[in-house]
Amino acid sequence: MQWDIVIGLEIHVQLATKTKIFSGSSTAYGAEPNTQANAVDLAMPGTLPVPNENAFRYAVMFGLAVNAEIGRRSMFERKNYFYPDLPKGYQTTQLEQPIVGPGYVDVDLANGETKRVRIHHAHLEEDAGKSLHEDYHGMSGIDLNRAGTPLIEVVTEPDMNSAEEAVAFAKKLHSLVTSLGICDGDMSQGSMRFDVNISLKPKGSDQLGTRTETKNLNSFRFMEQAIAHEVERQMDILEDGGRIIQETRLYNGDRDESRSMRTKEEANDYRYFPCPDLLPVVIDDDFIEDARSRLPELPDARKARFKEQYGLNDYDAGLLSGDAKLAAFFEEAAAHGKDAKLAANWIQGEFSARLKAEDKSVAESPITGAQLGDLVVRIADNTVSSAGAKKVFEALWTGENDNVDAIIDAKGLKQVSDTGALEAMVDEVLAGMPDQVAQYQNEEDPKKRKKMLGGFMGPLMKASKGQGNPKLFNEILVKKLGG
Amino acid sequence: MSISREDIEKVAVLARIKVDDEQVSALEKDLGNILDLVDQLSAADTDSVEPMAHPLDAVQRLRPDEVTETNQREAFQAIAPATEDGLYLVPKVIE
Repeated sequence: MQWDIVIGLEIHVQLATKTKIFSGSSTAYGAEPNTQANAVDLAMPGTLPVPNENAFRYAVMFGLAVNAEIGRRSMFERKNYFYPDLPKGYQTTQLEQPIVGPGYVDVDLANGETKRVRIHHAHLEEDAGKSLHEDYHGMSGIDLNRAGTPLIEVVTEPDMNSAEEAVAFAKKLHSLVTSLGICDGDMSQGSMRFDVNISLKPKGSDQLGTRTETKNLNSFRFMEQAIAHEVERQMDILEDGGRIIQETRLYNGDRDESRSMRTKEEANDYRYFPCPDLLPVVIDDDFIEDARSRLPELPDARKARFKEQYGLNDYDAGLLSGDAKLAAFFEEAAAHGKDAKLAANWIQGEFSARLKAEDKSVAESPITGAQLGDLVVRIADNTVSSAGAKKVFEALWTGENDNVDAIIDAKGLKQVSDTGALEAMVDEVLAGMPDQVAQYQNEEDPKKRKKMLGGFMGPLMKASKGQGNPKLFNEILVKKLGG
Repeated sequence: MSISREDIEKVAVLARIKVDDEQVSALEKDLGNILDLVDQLSAADTDSVEPMAHPLDAVQRLRPDEVTETNQREAFQAIAPATEDGLYLVPKVIE
């Protein structure tokens, strides 16, 4: 049987505010445990929450960026459950009147199509602390530094129909929130976490199947794998005549397996009710217009500009404009390097490969866009060959030296492009290889001749100590050997 | 309206309150009375009344995003039953 896959996402986005959503405690990452957990965060008796203006500002900026209605009057509810990393015994969240109403995001897919994914709503809430289950004499350790960090939870409509679409949407959302500067986007530190709702229905049917929710995916790769895994699991059950149980599942990316966390029947009853500690928040026109005036260039506009300004093709422009930090790196490299296309190639080639190999983000790159730009200048003006440029890149990356020209000098990577000097080398090498010259000149097939040229390049590069410009050598050879 | 013993036991579990059999019987009666009162209230016509978000007719003040809290871990952990390495220790929680 043929099946349609139906996917909806819930995304927790950690907001990059300086302080928590309801207290003036710092949210800086990596502090000593519990040094940023104060009276309000610990739910000490007698404390009262006061909402952070920037959390609302960021949420409204997000709403404007996804073409959504802004909740002019929004409220907080309590979602009650017991867990040690939730000191109050409830999470303060929004249920009835969220800050961001219905909107949409347009996503460019690999096949060239554009997919519109509708946003159901997005609401503000607080993050929980962290439980450490390593053994503390049979007890668990609790770090509440993260408790109270502002989040927006973005809830989509079930508009995605494949893992590729879901991942493309997730990447677009990542690109949006990092471009807006409302989230650092660092997924390895949990700044964005994805819950995926998946169901199957017979192809063409308008009746939705029973869905499952796979929680807490924190990388695009795990998300793609988890969807593939869950689709296959559901398909196996349905094709064997079974039925899907509505449940929450956990996916283990390292083992590519999932297990049930809880079923709907035993699902938590959160007993939501309006939070009496917080009054309704009213967002007026001034607040919205102020947020609008803070909107930076968004990924779609940036992509269009990269095509226009730098002459990049659609694919390159899409890749380089998505991540705000990568885009800034590219623009710096292009400004210094003068040749934007070459800069783009190096960023997508050597630079990206190196980041990936060392599991680093653009912000953690040891080289700057300006340095890469300087290298691009030297490639473009033929000072270094591409092989030489890789050596320069390596030296920049390892921090051996931070100046491109100094590295070229120190390592003797400067190409000889003086035609007179190169011609002299060619004459000398050809004089030493009379047999090969005769063989070449007797060959009729142009393809074979071209191949035979390569036989002269080795000795030439050797004669020039690797510094001869290969392109010029080639031209001189062809000329000297008589075409 | 009445409330079943099962409902009471479930709510007690959710609220982490230990309730023995005898108390369940008493709660059945008391909570039943409260729910009867709610039923009476529900009979009132509220179609034209907007649900109340908060008893105070005021809007929430927002706070500037500036760090105002300092590290007072020592003071807070002095009253915690168990701590180690700066962590609060709690009975092991396993999902």
